[in-house]
Amino acid sequence: MTSDQTQQLIRAVEQADSPESLSQAVWALAAARQKAAIPTFIRVLGYNNPGAAVAAVEGLVKLGEAAVPSLLEQIDGYDYGARAWSIRALSQIGDPRALDILTGAAESDFALSVRRTAAKGLGSISWSQLPAEEVSAAQAKALETLLQVCQDSEWIVRYAAVVGLQALAATQLDYKQRVQVHFQQLDKSEPDLTVRARAQMASVQLQQMPVLN
Amino acid sequence: MGESHSEQEPLTVEQVIANLQQREDLGLRYYAAWWLGKFRVNESAAIDALLAALEDEADRSPDGGYPLRRNAARALGKLDAPRAVPALIGCLDNSDYYVREAAAQSLEELGDTSCTPVLMKLLDGGVAAAQPVPGKPHLVQPYEAVLEALGTLQASEAVPQIQPFLDHPTEKVQYAAARAMYQLSENPVYGERLVQALQEDRLPLRRSALMDLGAIGYLPAAEAIAKTPAENSLKLISLKGLLEHHLESNLLSEKSIEIMNLMDSLL
Repeated sequence: MTSDQTQQLIRAVEQADSPESLSQAVWALAAARQKAAIPTFIRVLGYNNPGAAVAAVEGLVKLGEAAVPSLLEQIDGYDYGARAWSIRALSQIGDPRALDILTGAAESDFALSVRRTAAKGLGSISWSQLPAEEVSAAQAKALETLLQVCQDSEWIVRYAAVVGLQALAATQLDYKQRVQVHFQQLDKSEPDLTVRARAQMASVQLQQMPVLN
Repeated sequence: MGESHSEQEPLTVEQVIANLQQREDLGLRYYAAWWLGKFRVNESAAIDALLAALEDEADRSPDGGYPLRRNAARALGKLDAPRAVPALIGCLDNSDYYVREAAAQSLEELGDTSCTPVLMKLLDGGVAAAQPVPGKPHLVQPYEAVLEALGTLQASEAVPQIQPFLDHPTEKVQYAAARAMYQLSENPVYGERLVQALQEDRLPLRRSALMDLGAIGYLPAAEAIAKTPAENSLKLISLKGLLEHHLESNLLSEKSIEIMNLMDSLL
């Protein structure tokens, strides 16, 4: 794709005159996988148009770590809708540079949609992108955060923490044991039926799965 | 649903009940009634104060409505208070539409079937009578709430009155009828009617169908719920409804794992 073609797709996003045409234009731009589109995607996250935001997240996730610095710089502290989508993108990309922002968001963001998406993301960070000597401290921080998030007041955030813990537990044998003990406790203490069911599913799947490394 | 604060509430239950009982500040009373429901203060003193608020004459809206009674009626539905049932049944013929709506919703939540004959009366005249009130954003009766309550309360004797509402001109009333018919018959035709509603162009209709499918726990809708263009928060609540209907018999079946995998993808 030439840069002219990319600019044309970006202009189509800027000139869209209905929610539907905006979504379509953003999907087309996402499919092009061009780094030049990153600022446009980030702007779209703030348009309060869920269809277009889903497409913009998809576009950012396809670009992966190239999109991370802009996402981290431009994260919107005031618009929780836009912030939720940014954190969703960062969670799906899994770049460890997002660890601090995901930790803070999972623990204490005002919006439950942000806490839940950050909790899931904390479990699926690409740890191998970190220098070897930083991995264990970073994973320990994620583990500690997720164990705490299991006490959140909202069922869906606790659900997401279970999902995050399941993924994180698969990285180390001692995490796997610790998380299994935690899931057994949840089975007795967790008030929400859906969260208990998810913890049981996580527990069974962890038993069946070999530790990755 | 929605976003919520994680801040600590500084109010105490005693204070809030006193706020509800005082007469000077109407705003404080209105808030107190909401608060008792929100935090499910299931104390006898709270229920007494809310029952008294159902008789309130002080708080009137410009169009003659009873704002405090609306909030009190809504709160009582959240308090697991069977002794509120007769008073809520009394609210079903209140002159304020929103008091009748709140009462029908709360009676549904309380699960006491003694209200079904009075609920059915609100369907009198059938679809022909179920017209919009000129100048108001609502119909003459809170049909959605009434139909949903009759379904949840398993009022199978109401089927002949409910069925015609599947063809009411207002989509959300059709959905409420489909939801009730499914609950009363478990016939998948009605579940599929709601699945079809997930394809509507207008987002509020898709949202409504998501809530209805969650309420009836219609399992074949799982994929369609995950795919419909709407907020993930609502889709997650809807899928939770499916899962929990199903979990009663089986905690980790193939189907429940499938639903949880869909939920995971929406986080």
